[in-house]
Amino acid sequence: MRHIISVLVENEPGALSRIVGLFSQRNYNIETLNVAPTEDETLSRITIITRGSNNVIEQITKQLNKLIDVVKVVDLTEGGHIERELLMIKLKAENAQREEIKRTTDIFRAQIIDVTQSIYTVQVVGTSDKLDAFIDAVDAKAIIEVVRSGVSGIARGERRLSV
Amino acid sequence: MEVLSGGEMLMRALQDEGVEFIFGYPGGSALHIYDALFQQKKIKHILVRHEQAATHAADGYTRSTGKAGVVLVTSGPGATNAITGIATAYMDSIPMIVISGQVPSERIGEDAFQETDMIGVSRPIVKHSFQVRNPADIPVIVKKAFHIAQTGRPGPVVIDIPKDMTAPNDKHKYEYPETVKMRSYNPSVKGHLGQVKKAVRALLKAKRPVIYAGGGVIQADCSGLLTELARRLNYPVTNTLMGLGSFPGSDRQFLGMLGMHGTFEANTAMHHSDLILAVGARFDDRVTNTTSKFCPTAKIIHIDVDPTSISKTVAVDIPVVGDAETVLTQMLEEINAKDLKPDAKAIADWWKKIDDWRERYGLYYSKRYNTDGDLIMPQEVIETLYKVTDGEAFITSDVGQHQMFAAQYYLFDKPRQWINSGGLGTMGFGLPAAMGVQLAHPESVVACVTGEGSIQMCIQELSTCAQYHLPVKIINLNNQALGMVKQWQDMQYDGRHSESLYKDTLPDFIKLAEAYGHVGMKVTRREELEDKLKECFSLKDRLVFMDIYVDPAEHVYPMHIAPEGSMRDMWISKTERT
Repeated sequence: MRHIISVLVENEPGALSRIVGLFSQRNYNIETLNVAPTEDETLSRITIITRGSNNVIEQITKQLNKLIDVVKVVDLTEGGHIERELLMIKLKAENAQREEIKRTTDIFRAQIIDVTQSIYTVQVVGTSDKLDAFIDAVDAKAIIEVVRSGVSGIARGERRLSV
Repeated sequence: MEVLSGGEMLMRALQDEGVEFIFGYPGGSALHIYDALFQQKKIKHILVRHEQAATHAADGYTRSTGKAGVVLVTSGPGATNAITGIATAYMDSIPMIVISGQVPSERIGEDAFQETDMIGVSRPIVKHSFQVRNPADIPVIVKKAFHIAQTGRPGPVVIDIPKDMTAPNDKHKYEYPETVKMRSYNPSVKGHLGQVKKAVRALLKAKRPVIYAGGGVIQADCSGLLTELARRLNYPVTNTLMGLGSFPGSDRQFLGMLGMHGTFEANTAMHHSDLILAVGARFDDRVTNTTSKFCPTAKIIHIDVDPTSISKTVAVDIPVVGDAETVLTQMLEEINAKDLKPDAKAIADWWKKIDDWRERYGLYYSKRYNTDGDLIMPQEVIETLYKVTDGEAFITSDVGQHQMFAAQYYLFDKPRQWINSGGLGTMGFGLPAAMGVQLAHPESVVACVTGEGSIQMCIQELSTCAQYHLPVKIINLNNQALGMVKQWQDMQYDGRHSESLYKDTLPDFIKLAEAYGHVGMKVTRREELEDKLKECFSLKDRLVFMDIYVDPAEHVYPMHIAPEGSMRDMWISKTERT
């Protein structure tokens, strides 16, 4: 099962390496990883997409909690939540391709954010599934470069991750 | 308020923490610290001959006292040499503070002379680590390091100190914090009351219970409570390798060690039990054998301070997260308050079964090893050692057959009496650990049970023992081979002894001991074993190296049948199996 683990961690040097190291050391997998500051400058928020059986996910959250720099851990997939990922994709866009890509972009409510005579760079925001679907929808031969941010997630409603 | 340099603050903080000894080895990046050490009198420094030994000695000090040992090494090779000892402490949850020198801040990352990323290298084997970025932080970092190392599930903490942080002329105000609070670190102490009650109910309902106690009981200093609980219920107790001494080894309720080389009755009772009370034990693979076949009829209660230990390898029915001492107190209160009684009839029947197993191959079974030949059997060395030391010595050990024989045949009645590397299985641990124990307990008898393989991994410490007059007794079970490796090769590789033999190139240990100024004794005949051991222990002020030639063909039994076996599947001897 796919899980979104959100971690609040002290903004200390080396904190990220402890978290990433834990995953490789204990043979857990990381599908995406996203790290950024929060409203509290002493804390960073790390969002990890991982897969595993219930036992493995339980161990992952417990092992993360055991790290001294980790302040809070939550498995967002346990409750209502919203997830978003950003995709920037550089596509070869010449002649008839230009119209086709534009159309696909509109269908996905995506935006063309950079244009040259032969290139469109498209931005897509949504769930990872939606991003995958966009990549599938465009001509594979047109894809020059794919950049994804990794997933960020937030709980629905009143629930929040805080100290 | 005093104004001190970083090096001086470090020394003062260690003094304020009550540190008696630092085990270490100087070098370039640590020289400011060593200068500050030189100018104080409270803490005694023990100069080892290799940094690995510093960590093991600090570890031995810790295991025998409960107080975190302190190690001081320089950067680069000093730091990396300490790694094996840090990993050893980490695997056995031993609190330890390792202070490593580091190249000056402005040199970090430049591949400077003797630079190693100690924080990175040690990351997977420490409970936590700090790098000092400002000398004024040193007191708080030291306080936090001791707090983290000694609370919750204990473990080693590294403090990496770039050389400029300890510069003699850079002075800062010194104040040692009385307490420390960390929002991200609050280990649970008390067990959840609902879980405690549930655990007590299940415990009292049991018809075939076993108490399975590990190193956590020793760490939490609650052997007394465990013993009280076991006696009150009349339940059998087994110990892990790390837990030996947490319940009196000579007690009738004690089934001996369990696991790969556990006793027949301990493993068999575990397999047939209907309730296991695990206290401070972690269902290690050397205990469980095949986890899917582990104790098929047992409900499991697991008390552990570390939530990650719960259901990590074996699913647990009633987890209780908390400090073992607190949780056992809560359980006893519950039992006493309601004056709960176990099912006496069922327990009496259970003991009858266990006594049958005992008579077959167990602790009281008279022929546990063959005594027909002329050769000295390793088991009888341990039994004689037990007799000669009245069962009261601190025993450290290395790793291999001798370690298992010591665990099986020396009956440890007290916690912290048995000191060995359980989780990591570090050869070379025994002698330096014995130094730490002897320093902590100068009046006590300390024996290091070792083999001719392990002892050579830290043999240089004979020199340290000479410098500090440490009268450790080295009991070398010399079988002229890497015995445990050879045993596996005998059993699983048709006796192809790949790289486990070196008989013709072993040193003359007697001369070697004498070269360091110690006493050496060789024992080759059975009839002289006891007298020679008595003579050895009568030399109270001397280190004695007892080189005892034992039967090179002997194997350690019982031995779990792996990889497909359950707890009760064991080889009992070379020819008999369950």
